[in-house]
Amino acid sequence: MVPDGVGKVVGVRVLAAMSGGVDSAVAAARAAEAGHDVTGVHLALARNPQTYRTGARGCCTLEDSRDARRAADVLGIPFYVWDMAERFQADVVDDFVAEYAAGRTPNPCLRCNEKIKFAAVLDRAVALGFDAVVTGHHARLGADGLLRRSVDLAKDQSYVLGVLTREQLSRSMFPLGDSTKTQVRAEATRRGLAVADKPDSHDICFVADGDTRGFLAQRLGTAPGDVVDDATGEVVGRHTGAYAYTVGQRRGLHLDRPAPDGRPRYVLSITPKTNTVTVGPAEALAVSQVQGRRPVWIGGPRPADPVECEVQLRAHGNVVSATVAVTGDGLRAELHQPVRGVAAGQAIVAYRPDPAGDIVLGSATIAA
Amino acid sequence: MAYLDHAATTPMLDVALEAYVATAREVGNASALHGAGRQARRRVEESRERVAAALGARPAEVIFTGGGTESDNLAVKGIFWARRSADPRRTRVVSSAVEHHAVLDAVDWLAAQEGAEASWLPVDALGRVTPQRLRAELATAADQVAVITTMWASNEVGTVQPVAELAAVAAEHGVPLHTDAVQAVGQVAVDFAASGVSALTVTGHKLGGPAGVGALVLARDVAVTPLLHGGGQERDVRSGTLDTAGIVAFAVALETAVRHQQQYAARVAALRDDLVTRVRQAVPEAVLNGDPNDRLPGNAHFSFPGCAGDALLLLLDAQGIACSTGSACSAGVAQPSHVLLAMGADSARAGSSLRFTLGHTSTSAEVDALIAALPEAVDRARRAGGLRASR
Repeated sequence: MVPDGVGKVVGVRVLAAMSGGVDSAVAAARAAEAGHDVTGVHLALARNPQTYRTGARGCCTLEDSRDARRAADVLGIPFYVWDMAERFQADVVDDFVAEYAAGRTPNPCLRCNEKIKFAAVLDRAVALGFDAVVTGHHARLGADGLLRRSVDLAKDQSYVLGVLTREQLSRSMFPLGDSTKTQVRAEATRRGLAVADKPDSHDICFVADGDTRGFLAQRLGTAPGDVVDDATGEVVGRHTGAYAYTVGQRRGLHLDRPAPDGRPRYVLSITPKTNTVTVGPAEALAVSQVQGRRPVWIGGPRPADPVECEVQLRAHGNVVSATVAVTGDGLRAELHQPVRGVAAGQAIVAYRPDPAGDIVLGSATIAA
Repeated sequence: MAYLDHAATTPMLDVALEAYVATAREVGNASALHGAGRQARRRVEESRERVAAALGARPAEVIFTGGGTESDNLAVKGIFWARRSADPRRTRVVSSAVEHHAVLDAVDWLAAQEGAEASWLPVDALGRVTPQRLRAELATAADQVAVITTMWASNEVGTVQPVAELAAVAAEHGVPLHTDAVQAVGQVAVDFAASGVSALTVTGHKLGGPAGVGALVLARDVAVTPLLHGGGQERDVRSGTLDTAGIVAFAVALETAVRHQQQYAARVAALRDDLVTRVRQAVPEAVLNGDPNDRLPGNAHFSFPGCAGDALLLLLDAQGIACSTGSACSAGVAQPSHVLLAMGADSARAGSSLRFTLGHTSTSAEVDALIAALPEAVDRARRAGGLRASR
């Protein structure tokens, strides 16, 4: 076995997680072409696949399973379906609902990476004799063991991988990080993969119609409560469930009366205990300090002193420069300029700017 | 490669393949009136006679179909519909808890869509349906039973059922009994007339013929309502242009398999017994499922405690060994076997099982390959655990 230049050796046994989409199909193809012994696995995440979304929007329909199988056929690799529905329900879907119920805004893709793909699946793969899991995530993982943003910044997924530990990353391969999505699609066509022009998946795969609020209402029921003005303490409207709101939200507040100053109001906070949604002007949203819990540090040894870096506070969000300090079980970021709409439950991911791709230093879950 | 999945499908016999190719070169619709049509019809009727002779039936009792699933559906639904039409009180269907899905789901469909009242005969720990249970089931309201359907032998655990005894109980009450004998024909002695059953399903690809062709052997006094309407080619019970080449190959394979059944069974059972002995030596905690004596000669079905069947399958597949975990749903996700659950296994044991089935091409070298690969596979699968949430 010899190094292949991206930190792994060739000829190792790898398990390719194949969603049925174009990215994971090309990732598996590249791993096979690099000389690895690749086995494809489609993760069945829906308890009852037919009830989840149809067409190409999600990642867990029967059609997706078939697409993954056809891609494996074209690549000439073994293919199996692993039923992860029970774990996915417990670790991702139930967690998603519980987080909203607690007034936070979870990121289920991140949770799925943390608990399913790079935990349950990776552990099982290793036990079965595989050396690594390969996925179609758009991020770079080099010989230096550092996780970097994809060259395609619009498709970069380093944010949702930022929760992975060094141990998890040491058994992961992301072969697509040096390519743009356009290049990946062109390569899929060249390789004769029928999924080449399959639309991108988006939204949340287990929310069938994209109606998150309806999905939550079905599970949490309605719980009418007050919408309160932050400055005056006055009740300015009613809501049917505080869980349906996200910090920074402006639309769909259904306020009874306009603010005295006539300016739009935003959700500032959600208090599950009193079932209250607090609203206020945009500037009240701004925060300049973020507390995180369950920190993970992968960009080197855990820093004893505060680190100057950039932080990203939500998927596809802008970065802002900050001073980040990691304590025992927490993380504190002093933002160099205030940021609006920071929601508890999302991740804060710290990056070090680098010409070869910004490097993920670490992450934590944003605390309330 | 070690092919240990003959119960899923077994290689075509050379004689059947040659008969298929030779017939497929000929033109002629068996329903056409000219010379070419008559030639095709002759081949079909000769095949019908061969199938009938091999199974102890009359030629008129053989209805060619598109295979086991169609035959099962035709028998279960067709006899139900016909008997209910004759007497609207007949809405009960009696079946067993270990049937193949082709029967299970057909009965479920009748219950859901046609108002049928389904009863499922339980099985003992070896997977056997007992005549006593059937007798008890028929003790009340037997005149309301439209059809009884119980398999001849289990596709999963290999247990051979006391079909003749069950048929005798059914006959006492004048209720027709259908049996799915897909796994049995060519493996054990099957005689339609002697068994006393009213209908029997057989298919080509489990006995060295092609897939997609089979037959329902149906006693002449049993009325059946068609599933497929059209030209009425088969006794007005089954429509569709006859697959002459498939039927010829099926008949040749069936005749050959039945003719050689005893020596086949002796050879394959000896090989299977060797496999069972050596699996137990290699993995002492392995549990053999099914009846240790009354079982299909090629079937060895084990639970491997602490392992997930799908993990074992993946690991053995990587070593070129083909076997089966049992039933799979449309997405390819392995479900805990309803057969093992009916036999009293918990879902962990049901999910830890693997079926090895031998056939006419099996060799001791294939058993050697399995035994060489199995201990490490079991060791790894045990470390990998299951897929279910641990909480």
